[in-house]
Amino acid sequence: MSSRLINWFKFSSPATFYPLAGKLIPWFTGIAVVLIAIGLYMSFFVAPTDYKQGEGYRIIFVHVPTAWMSMFIYLVMALWSGLGLVFNTRISAMMANALAPTGAMFTFLALWTGAFWGKPMWGAWWVWDARLTSELILLFLYIGFMALQGAIEDTRRADRAGAILALVGVVNIPIIYYSVTWWNTLHQGASVSVSKGSSMGETMLVTMLIMVLGFWSYAIAVSLARVRSLILERERDSTWVSELSEVRR
Amino acid sequence: MKARHKRLGFLVVGLVGLGLASWLVLNALDSNLSYFFSPTEVSQNKAPDDHVFRLGGLVENGSVERGQELTVRFVVTDNANRVKVAYTGILPDLFQEGQGVIAQGRLGSDGVFVAEEVLAKHDENYMPPEVADALGKAHAEGVAGMNRQ
Repeated sequence: MSSRLINWFKFSSPATFYPLAGKLIPWFTGIAVVLIAIGLYMSFFVAPTDYKQGEGYRIIFVHVPTAWMSMFIYLVMALWSGLGLVFNTRISAMMANALAPTGAMFTFLALWTGAFWGKPMWGAWWVWDARLTSELILLFLYIGFMALQGAIEDTRRADRAGAILALVGVVNIPIIYYSVTWWNTLHQGASVSVSKGSSMGETMLVTMLIMVLGFWSYAIAVSLARVRSLILERERDSTWVSELSEVRR
Repeated sequence: MKARHKRLGFLVVGLVGLGLASWLVLNALDSNLSYFFSPTEVSQNKAPDDHVFRLGGLVENGSVERGQELTVRFVVTDNANRVKVAYTGILPDLFQEGQGVIAQGRLGSDGVFVAEEVLAKHDENYMPPEVADALGKAHAEGVAGMNRQ
């Protein structure tokens, strides 16, 4: 038990995590490019037309994966924040920092594609129902997290403040997820859930899941790249950084 | 007790407290967070009669009447109660009998809901048209079979 714990803690040191992240990035980038290319091709040419919404429903293949990512990345960010507060590991706060911009981007994309879907189908770009409003609050949480981090000069204090904000905001995630079952909303219920399975055609579901995996790989690759720059920035005075070949050059 | 156990304790207590607080707030807000009232709630006088609210439900089959002018009349139902709606304007493409709809407007003294805006609400089912046809046929046969018995 204790030997396994030590192994995990080994990667919480920036000096060991930095090269590991560097090795992982090309793999996740490659997987992301391939999966998103396949996913987009299937979204446009393979997935069948919907019986009710016609071709317009195809935006679901971007909308739902981005919305899932926006919530999932927030959970991961909050988890890293919690780990950072409890264990005082340097890498945790950097991971939370690195995830925030990607999470904000996915939240924005979910809202944006949602608006483009809402106008032709519902008849409105935006409504203030529980699902849409709570997703907008998620965007503000991401922006608030980044602003708070950036506003505090001392990184240790900035990390702690950001971590508390991220953890407080985590109550919003179940609210987003269950908003469509707890209250009457214009937004429809979940098409895919663990308890009820899926209410989509099979090809549609497969296409959507490929897009989800592609976005996952993208998110991992981008946040690892970002965390590497954060490590370099924060550890610039340490000897291991000054000995890196890419720094010495 | 190590310092990090203490911090973990604080964190768990904090999150539980926060969860409890938000649960209480959401419970207190309850129906205020709902986007629309159902016909049953309207019939129970839960909807405001002095200002604008939203009415949501299904467009009753066979209830849509298009008049001479742009006014469309239809009935919104939740399969328990029904509310008559009048709307002057352009309806969204998905507006159909048997489909979900959300209308914003006021309830007149004659019991007719005068809508200023009508939005279509669709469900979470997506399938190719052939599958929908097959399902529709199977359903019709099932209903016919039940009637024969």
